[in-house]
Amino acid sequence: MTAIDATVRAPATPSAIRARPAGFAHDVVAIAGRALRAVPRDVEAVIPPIFIALFFFVVNVGTLSDLTETSIPGFDFTAFQMPTAILLGVTGVSRAYALVLDVQNGYFDRLLLTPIRRLAILLGHLCADVSVACVLTIPILIMGFILGVRFESGPLGVVAFIILAGLWSLAFAGFGYAIALKTGNPAAVSSSFLLFFPFLFLTSSYVPREELSGWLDTVASINPVTYLLEGLRSLVIEGWQWADLGQALVAVAAVGTISMWLCFAALRGRIKRG
Amino acid sequence: MRTTISTEKLVRQFDSLRAVDEVDLEIEQGEIYGFLGPNGAGKSTTVRVLCTLLAPTSGRATVAGYDVAADPGKVRLNIGVALQEAALDPKQTGNELLRLQGRLYGLSNDEIDQRLADLAQLVDIGDALGRPISTYSGGMKRRLDLAAALVHNPEVLFLDEPTTGLDPVSRARVWEEVRRLNQDLDMTIFLTTQYLEEADELADRVGIINGGKLVAEGTPFELKRRIGNDVIFARLDGDAAGACPMVESVAGVAGVEARGNEMVITAAEGTAVIGPVAVALNNCGIPVRDLTLRTPTLDDVFLELTGTHIQTSDEAMEAELAEMTESDTTSDTTEVTP
Repeated sequence: MTAIDATVRAPATPSAIRARPAGFAHDVVAIAGRALRAVPRDVEAVIPPIFIALFFFVVNVGTLSDLTETSIPGFDFTAFQMPTAILLGVTGVSRAYALVLDVQNGYFDRLLLTPIRRLAILLGHLCADVSVACVLTIPILIMGFILGVRFESGPLGVVAFIILAGLWSLAFAGFGYAIALKTGNPAAVSSSFLLFFPFLFLTSSYVPREELSGWLDTVASINPVTYLLEGLRSLVIEGWQWADLGQALVAVAAVGTISMWLCFAALRGRIKRG
Repeated sequence: MRTTISTEKLVRQFDSLRAVDEVDLEIEQGEIYGFLGPNGAGKSTTVRVLCTLLAPTSGRATVAGYDVAADPGKVRLNIGVALQEAALDPKQTGNELLRLQGRLYGLSNDEIDQRLADLAQLVDIGDALGRPISTYSGGMKRRLDLAAALVHNPEVLFLDEPTTGLDPVSRARVWEEVRRLNQDLDMTIFLTTQYLEEADELADRVGIINGGKLVAEGTPFELKRRIGNDVIFARLDGDAAGACPMVESVAGVAGVEARGNEMVITAAEGTAVIGPVAVALNNCGIPVRDLTLRTPTLDDVFLELTGTHIQTSDEAMEAELAEMTESDTTSDTTEVTP
């Protein structure tokens, strides 16, 4: 056989296979699956937040435990700090950066050319983010257990704690996706972490709310993370405090409503711009 | 024959820019339609409207029997699209990309396996499917992009400048694959290109778009016939416009076009006219550098219709690089001059 013979192909035969709508849930699962498969290839997106969270958890406990526990009778600083560490780990963990790269390299257009529901593209990414955030809470929880933290709400409280942290991660992730879809610019998405600072530090991250000075207490009172932290801490320190948990859920829902509204508006805008 | 793609007074406006201006198209099933035009002519915008990525500002377009504005979902089920830039996720493997693509089109795992086997016959995607796409060559990415556009066995295939930036060997392979799709599967193919030889080589019919308007349409042969049978190209040492009246008066000359020091003369019988044209140019007192007789190309058609040559993005880049090199040389010279 000559080299030319080797390149000759048999005529292609027509196929009876035809495209059809896959269904909304199927679309969401397909997109979430792709996003999750990409996580091990983008470990640089998940390792630093976990490292930072664990690092500050250990350092803060080592630095401030004695000081705070001496000043505040009966205060368990390690248990108090664990929710802060969890939020440091999961806030801002999202595939928004990957989505903006999809926009840049044209893959987002390829998705839009398929019969997929547009909403499923975002929901698929968000589902993947919640799963990743829930998994990321585990090493921090293990570190907390090693440092002696025990959940007053029991094993179910641990599950509720992980779900609440995952929902917060989802609510915050909406801002990243909104910026990604609005700008199509990776640098803008990277700079969205600036939102992280007012949310996580103008609140009772390091000391109880009543120990905050005047202006910071005022800011903390309007910061939804304050109520989220109180809800998470209640599960660890006090047990099932439904009022605290309810406030935490309302706070997450309020942030989530704003971020998702921005996010879906940005998606509509991008689709319209083509 | 059934009309597969149809537009009526299709308009797409971006603020004050009318990128597609009342374009009317009728493309039949099994046809390869070449949409030819320079950068910014409106080719890609037309494709994006027909593929449902952009809504038309006004007018109507149907693809595979469905209105792109009213039934975009049904249009998407029936079309495959390879956009100008290969739209791939570099971190996925080729296999992952094609399988996800199949799932989004509602195919079962067995159907996806079947289609991947079919695609191996149609497109030379080789044994690299297990590798991350970031490791693929430009030609390989183009072929994978084409395979992704074909996973769901579409009725209509849109190829937006499928060979731009490819080397000649990769370009020839893409052409071969386009022909196979059309001949073996009777697939309707809407191909935009800025390469004249590509339109000439592949398209059954060509539409020429310039400034958003469809300025001509026909088979490549018909379009070339519009400007006469032969073209005489003259390069002069002086302004060609001055010689126009003298050349126009030569018997058998159908048309004369002058640009700078170049002159394009069309004639029904070029061999009979080239001698008298040379004499006429000599009588004008403008020295002739080259005089070439050839059959018309689509570039001549484009020149006739628009008054300019098609400049491909490759040529534009080369010109820009040459300009930059020249400017660098000038600045270097300036620096060393005492």
